[in-house]
Amino acid sequence: MQIDNIIQKHKTQKEALIPILQDIQVELNWLPPEAIKEVAQKLAIPLIDVYGVASFYRAFSLKPRGKHIITVCLGTACHVRGGARIVAEVSRKLNIEPDETTEDMQFTLETVNCLGCCAIGPVVVIDGEYYGGVTSSKVNSIISKYRK
Amino acid sequence: MAYRTNLMLCTCTMCVSVGALKIKRKIEEEIKRHNLEDEIQIIPVGSSWLCTRGPTLIVQPDDVVYQFLKEDDIPHLVEEHLLKGRPVKSLMYIHPETLHPIEKLHQIPFYRQQRLITLRNRGMIDPDKIEECIARDGYKALAKVLKSMTPEEVIQEIKDSGLRGRGGAGFPTGRKWEVCRAVKGSPKYVVCNADEGDPGAFMDRSIIEADPHAVLEGMAIGAYAIGASEGYIYIRIEYPLAIKRLERAILEARDYGLLGENILGAGFSFEAHVFKGAGAFVCGEETSLLASIESKPPEPRTRPPYPAQSGLWEKPTNINNVETWANVAAIINQGAKWFSEIGTETSKGTKVFSLAGNINNAGLVEVPMGITLREMVYDIGGGIPNGKKFKAVQIGGPSGGVVPDSLLDLPIDYERLQEAGAIMGSGGMVVVDEDTCMVDFAKYFLIFTNDESCGKCTSCREGSAAMLEILTRITEGKGEEGDIEFLEELGEAVKEASQCGLGQTLSNPVLSALMHFRDEFEAHIKYKKCPAFVCKDLITYSIDPDKCTGCGLCLKQCPADAITGKLKKPHQIDDSNCIKCGVCRDSCKAKAVILKDRFDK
Repeated sequence: MQIDNIIQKHKTQKEALIPILQDIQVELNWLPPEAIKEVAQKLAIPLIDVYGVASFYRAFSLKPRGKHIITVCLGTACHVRGGARIVAEVSRKLNIEPDETTEDMQFTLETVNCLGCCAIGPVVVIDGEYYGGVTSSKVNSIISKYRK
Repeated sequence: MAYRTNLMLCTCTMCVSVGALKIKRKIEEEIKRHNLEDEIQIIPVGSSWLCTRGPTLIVQPDDVVYQFLKEDDIPHLVEEHLLKGRPVKSLMYIHPETLHPIEKLHQIPFYRQQRLITLRNRGMIDPDKIEECIARDGYKALAKVLKSMTPEEVIQEIKDSGLRGRGGAGFPTGRKWEVCRAVKGSPKYVVCNADEGDPGAFMDRSIIEADPHAVLEGMAIGAYAIGASEGYIYIRIEYPLAIKRLERAILEARDYGLLGENILGAGFSFEAHVFKGAGAFVCGEETSLLASIESKPPEPRTRPPYPAQSGLWEKPTNINNVETWANVAAIINQGAKWFSEIGTETSKGTKVFSLAGNINNAGLVEVPMGITLREMVYDIGGGIPNGKKFKAVQIGGPSGGVVPDSLLDLPIDYERLQEAGAIMGSGGMVVVDEDTCMVDFAKYFLIFTNDESCGKCTSCREGSAAMLEILTRITEGKGEEGDIEFLEELGEAVKEASQCGLGQTLSNPVLSALMHFRDEFEAHIKYKKCPAFVCKDLITYSIDPDKCTGCGLCLKQCPADAITGKLKKPHQIDDSNCIKCGVCRDSCKAKAVILKDRFDK
């Protein structure tokens, strides 16, 4: 039903596959196989093409994601100020690798190639909230704000 | 109502991240407390100032600027400056050499050499209020064009101005429009490339966050010139605030009859749509971007036909970058002659750069073309922080290269930068200091391009993987003689054989590093040394017993239990357990954690 509504919303657009998948992901937090199948069926696009788009773009997740999304920026400016060490530290603290989710489904760790906030790097974003000038010793206190 | 004072508070993504909205609420409270609501207003602006010093506030018309604001500072600031008329020195910018506070915005060295054309409304308007933009000549150029110029005259004006594409390639904008106008076919489209994928770049985000109407007005003028009535702005999904401001700007402009049907009653219609990207660097390449708007996997295709001939849905399409579009109205308003007198022989006007990395004044900079890199790094950027030595400036992101100290007097100009092995690119400038390993830095870009390669061309997909493998080996101390030569050969081959800009330029970061920092590669390969102490396999961490205070902080934080020692006695690091994460070095207040070469060759 949800997916129906989303498709309806984009009815007037010429090619709306990407916006539809974006909206579904906002709604469900990931793109479950059933949703992908349903979209293919309703838009009359071959399943393989829908899957091709869903798997190509980085913003789409084909795995369930946690309640909190932690995004660590790996852009150039963040890199030269130690961005990779921040990823490693978050990874260690949560015991997951990038693109993985903790067993309790609380946190998903993602990396991004640049958030365009280069002046304040290294940058970490949790659920849309930006943290600048992050050091590995600050990681723990930032994450703990989101622990239940 | 006329207010005696306007508080221009920066609310760009970066300032918001350090608490600009909390500051806004606090100022509102204080203004209310002093009953100043009728006299003073807060104007949220975009990208106003030095981005590392947020939250920032500019008090107008006094032109006084405050930085690093905290909520606790606000009661004092409001009382002293706004009530008693005494600017607060302790919250001002401190000159790095004289150590004196600088009161006025335009006296700050970072600002002095800037010339704002694209960013003409930066810090001056609330981007969410079209009236403020109109009050500063917003949409005046569109009106002029629709009432008094033919499309051909518009194209001629842009051609005469010498404006070149600001996305990186530098193609003359007027000529691009002319080609698209001449092509038969209907409908035609204009597209704004706001898929600012280069890591280390934030010009386009900042322009949109500061003044979204500048982009929309430019697109409407371009659409009139080539004969289009519909346009798309392809913007990265990673820029939520810019998207929000752009969407709002479109609605407002439509309400005012500045977009939509029969604009200003002149018989010209133009509709603009926002299309959110889905996170793929290759979409910055124009044919990929078009495929993406068509909701296809964004694989580039062979040109010709160029988008001007067969673009979006195979219709004639003109694509320009955010900054290019934002220049258009200024050129129409002030004339091609005025614009062409700024800059160098071949590169006209100004260029917006995002200055970041190991630099004192990171931020958004708009300067006339022809200014030297040295002026950028030292006069505007204020040099390197923490007493470190400058090593290089990286220009053009994964398609560009590094420029060393010896070439800092190079003027910024499309052709001159190319001669130095870098490119103008879209304007991302990342300064690196002596602590950056150039082999690791080259590897960083290869990880990026290898990951982002769409996989269509073998040369790009496999070439980037092969180069990355060699670079990885070198950083691990497993480099061999002949690696450098092979990297060079491979780099050239990948350039030659790839179809789109991504593949054609991905070896630039490696080739330019080899051109200017060959000795660092040789140190890794021959002596198994990383001169910048970055490559983990080639270094060891240890604690200087003379400096260590025995505070125990590192011991507590070490995730590998590699540190031992008694409280108040010097600690030690056990190299066999150390994972070189750097947490100890980050947390040590006494700077006692030191790096050494692992192999003494």
